[in-house]
Amino acid sequence: MSVPAIETRGLVKRFGSTAAVDGIDLDIAQGGIYGVLGPNGAGKTTAIRMLATLLRPDAGEARVLGHDVFTEPKAIREKIALTGQFASLDEDLTGIENLMLLGRLLGYNARQAKVRGMTLLDAFGLTEAAARQVKKYSGGMRRRLDIAGSLIVTPQLMFLDEPTTGIDPRSRNQVWDIIRTLVAGGTTILLTTQHLEEADQLADRIAVIDTGKVIAEGTPGQLKAQVGTGALKVRVADPARREEAAAILGRTLRAEVLRESDPAALTVRLEDESRAAAALIALQDSALAVETFALGQPSLDEVFLALTGHKTAPEATDGATADAQEEAA
Amino acid sequence: MTTTAQDQNQRIRSVLVPADQRPAPAGAVSASLTYGWRALLKIKHIPEQLFDVTVFPIMMTVMFTYIFGGAIAGSVDGYVQWLIPGIFVQTMIMITMYTGLTLNRDISKGVFDRFRSLPTWRPAQLVGALLGDQVRYVLAGTIILGVGFLMGFRPEGGMVGVLMAFVLLLVFSFSLSWVWTVISLLVRTEQAAMGISMFIMMPLTFASNIFVDPATMPSWLQGAVEVNPVSVVVTAIRELMAGVGQFSSVTLVLVYCAVLIGVFGPLSMYFYNRKS
Repeated sequence: MSVPAIETRGLVKRFGSTAAVDGIDLDIAQGGIYGVLGPNGAGKTTAIRMLATLLRPDAGEARVLGHDVFTEPKAIREKIALTGQFASLDEDLTGIENLMLLGRLLGYNARQAKVRGMTLLDAFGLTEAAARQVKKYSGGMRRRLDIAGSLIVTPQLMFLDEPTTGIDPRSRNQVWDIIRTLVAGGTTILLTTQHLEEADQLADRIAVIDTGKVIAEGTPGQLKAQVGTGALKVRVADPARREEAAAILGRTLRAEVLRESDPAALTVRLEDESRAAAALIALQDSALAVETFALGQPSLDEVFLALTGHKTAPEATDGATADAQEEAA
Repeated sequence: MTTTAQDQNQRIRSVLVPADQRPAPAGAVSASLTYGWRALLKIKHIPEQLFDVTVFPIMMTVMFTYIFGGAIAGSVDGYVQWLIPGIFVQTMIMITMYTGLTLNRDISKGVFDRFRSLPTWRPAQLVGALLGDQVRYVLAGTIILGVGFLMGFRPEGGMVGVLMAFVLLLVFSFSLSWVWTVISLLVRTEQAAMGISMFIMMPLTFASNIFVDPATMPSWLQGAVEVNPVSVVVTAIRELMAGVGQFSSVTLVLVYCAVLIGVFGPLSMYFYNRKS
């Protein structure tokens, strides 16, 4: 059995009187993707920065790939790569210059660093942008270059702090593909995200963090079982027939139907997603025109509500709503 | 789309370097030089950042010589011989302040998180930035001396004396930069760094032997002027340029350099490692 990728006990970091990370215990095995899910300000970035030896913990213990963060930071730095929340790139430099810079620091000579940089740019589809300054890159291109920069030498453990925040859905899918590819290549990945969908898509295990504490930990399936499978959102074409639709849904799904503030919208908590098809057929049989019929995963909001009994911070709520809309569209 | 995505993933997988083929990380010198190279690339991409090392020195040299020349020494010609070595020092050490300002802006960016997570000698990130600035100092120094020669500066020490003075001043500038590095790591904004730096710089440059002979000052001030490191540097530079370089003066400057680096270098690293 190999050493764990990450092992922490009672990890604490305070900024002034507030504890950004307030006693976190993590046990993360090597291999696969571990997701850290939480709203803005939950302490995700602070935790990652401590594990990546950028920030000294105030209390607790942490070992990364078997090395103590307090006494062996250099050994850790030799095995990890970090992709920060805001692109960890030099915006004034070009794409190839960024990779050459990192290549030379990691021990390649100038010529080798250039070859290595061009190889990576090619693999990430950035050859044409090689000589362009990074500040002129799109969000998706930046992310890819950022990840390429973490792969000059293959890290044993890679930290990805909100890798898809602020990029469009197509680039997001590309980044997801890249992440899966890296894991297949044997790298362990720790990624943070604000979106349950992202954690669900990628992670083998998830820790949910709120106000500096781990409030739930497990496989995506275990977490979702705690929250309930999801929700069916229906919007009828004619608001006048909403009650009729509510009755049909209630009958076919045997669940409580919530009337939204939108006079045409209904939401049903689902115990069993497979019954949703039967509900759609029942509506059709009654000649009820439906504008929207969407089966959604519980949003981060709902996960939080279920796990903590309180709502997420306003910023995170916005993000979750935007995602729900994206899914419905 | 699916095929191209698969192609790309295949390509990415094929370019990963196996763990046993990775090179050993760059050593301290090599890493410092690489960060220095980064500083040069920045000059290449943002040439307007050279404004302070080109226009500022010309302005200082011309302004001080013609405004004060007549009043202080009776004639501009006579004053140029006295003033140029002083202005040379003053302008250069003023420019070192920009090192701190640039660093203050730079380390707040995400790229420094990545630098700090690399397995290289950490001070290299700061040493490299300061080494890159040597290029700016050389440019500024060359411009000051060029303007000086045009205005009639004819040092007795000739080319060799001027070059030795130049090298000594570069060493001092590098050492002094560490002071601004500490300040830039301690304050939150560039403006604050600028304010504090000016607060230190103004008395040091004016209460020195740059503009006037200290013999004309009240005796209590003369004592302060004599121990002022700026005076010590100016004296050594004047002597070297005049061809009468004193081993003791140069040594004293180097002692000051060693003290500056010895105190502010470790302080810089202390604050740099704790910067969040």
